Amino acid sequence: MKAVYALYDDPNAALRAVNGLRAAGIADRDIAVMTADPIEGHALMAREAHTWMPWVAACGAVVGLVLAVGMLLWGELAWRLDTGGMPVVAWWPNLIIMFELTMLSAILTTVGTLFVTAGIPSRREKLYDAEIADGKILVGVKDPPDTSIASLQQALLAGGGRVKRV
Amino acid sequence: MSAAPVETAAATRQINDDLLRPLLNTSWRFWALVAVLGGGVLMGFCAWLYQLYHGIGVWGIAWPVFWAFGITNFVFWIGISHAGTLISAILRLVDAGWRRPVTRCAEAITAFALMIGAVFPIIHLGRPWLAFWLFPYPSERGIWPNFRSPLAWDFFAINTYLTGSLLFLFLPMIPDFALVRDKTTGWRRRVYGVLSLGWEGTPRQWHRLESAMGIMAVAIIPVAVSVHTIVSFDFSMSPTPMWHSTMFGPYFVAGAIFSGIAALIIAMAALRKFLHLEAYLQPIHFENLGKLLLTMSLLWGYFVFAERLTTWYGNDVAEITVLNVTQRGSFAPLYWTMVVCNLVVPFTILSIGRLRTITGCVIASFGVVVGMWLERFLIIVPSLGHKFLPYSFGEYRPTPVEIMLLVATFCAMMLLYVLFAKLVPIISIWELKAGGYHAIEAARLPETPLANVNL
Repeated sequence: MKAVYALYDDPNAALRAVNGLRAAGIADRDIAVMTADPIEGHALMAREAHTWMPWVAACGAVVGLVLAVGMLLWGELAWRLDTGGMPVVAWWPNLIIMFELTMLSAILTTVGTLFVTAGIPSRREKLYDAEIADGKILVGVKDPPDTSIASLQQALLAGGGRVKRV
Repeated sequence: MSAAPVETAAATRQINDDLLRPLLNTSWRFWALVAVLGGGVLMGFCAWLYQLYHGIGVWGIAWPVFWAFGITNFVFWIGISHAGTLISAILRLVDAGWRRPVTRCAEAITAFALMIGAVFPIIHLGRPWLAFWLFPYPSERGIWPNFRSPLAWDFFAINTYLTGSLLFLFLPMIPDFALVRDKTTGWRRRVYGVLSLGWEGTPRQWHRLESAMGIMAVAIIPVAVSVHTIVSFDFSMSPTPMWHSTMFGPYFVAGAIFSGIAALIIAMAALRKFLHLEAYLQPIHFENLGKLLLTMSLLWGYFVFAERLTTWYGNDVAEITVLNVTQRGSFAPLYWTMVVCNLVVPFTILSIGRLRTITGCVIASFGVVVGMWLERFLIIVPSLGHKFLPYSFGEYRPTPVEIMLLVATFCAMMLLYVLFAKLVPIISIWELKAGGYHAIEAARLPETPLANVNL
């Protein structure tokens, strides 16, 4: 993997670099931004904020509910137990198990969706710099065409960053 | 408040250094503490092996009191588990800024207390190798678990809560594992590299993580409430004097949150003292939790009063017998100790602003932990020992084996917590930074008192 990137102390400077890369003709999907914290509310982090995760979690909950009802009905009708004069299919106690399995399914679906959409776990080779851990913000481009490297460096320098190449 | 980038970077490094120090430096005191706590756990393990060899008759339980210390420990630790995930989820949803240094301390309590609590139904079986009979699967024996049994509800509720709580604890640790990966070398770098799951910190990853935490916070709150409600159903579904009550669900949930907050305050005070986290776990955090503890103390007192008044007014012979034996009979010393610990001490200390210090909160919290264990005991044993007919009355005295198991649970909780604080940043570093703590730290550089910084 080859890449050109720069490290910034300040999110505003990083945003200027991103805008510079856009002006140099780099598409948003090709601009890498990495930070040590979410920098909540800053324009730098505004992209890719939309997610279907709540709806996927809701679908997971429905699936959990259906599976719970299926398990309860199948189990209670296949192994009929007469307990304390209660009906074989007793909905009041069944509601408890239906609720728990619905929530469990919603939680597991949420975590699964997080992993899939965030691309973790991953062992592929990445653009990364350990200085991010010290609060630096990385802005860069992975696998840029050789002809554009000079202009990309220019755009990154214009943001006030320290340019690196790998 | 804004800080210059250079100051912010310096403060970020300071936060990293402060919160990674416990992971990277190990003193002899750590090993001494692990040895002492490990010894306590080993003692409990030996007591359990002794019980396995000789049978559950080595406990003090005997007809009609078949539930005592074991189930008390189960209910108590499940209650303590309510500190973390529930409080953390609520504070996340309301976006309380002061939660940031508190959440992981709290969530870890939930995970470990649940594990300890969930062991007790299995220990209580006497033959733990048959624990799989509790699991819901069809078999040729025809012992398909009865879904109308509260014990089957426990299985589903506790496992859902444990799974959810472990994930709720783990997900926000991923970015911090990545930080440790980047700041260490050798085996630590490899181990934390695996745990960080290849985290990069892209905007997409941050957004997805925060979305997931928001959804899980919404989901985990009703699950947490359901868990202790269902634990209360273990009792209230039975026509036993003073158990068969519609208020047991909310009463148990309130008690669980109450004891959970107390455990959290004690844990935070210990972390603050021993890991030198004074800059992060500040008096304001203890004051806020102290106010919550005071509120829950009053709520607990309200529930106890409502329960006692209803029983007394109803004048049912069996229930009045249990009520009298706890308030004026052989259980009275424990009962009034419970009232002092759960109501008098917290109310006296925490209602006076001047006393709501870290020390005051810790003293009140120790009282609440003792009081809430006694409360669980007093719910279980007097009722079982005084059922409807006098010929079925019985007594209970704990044996050394049960006492050793009880002590071992506290040692196990502390040991797990100490090891966790050694292996994981006990305060969520990225959440601190996201909350502007780097600005606060930067502001602290020119000796601005932290008390003047608006969190």
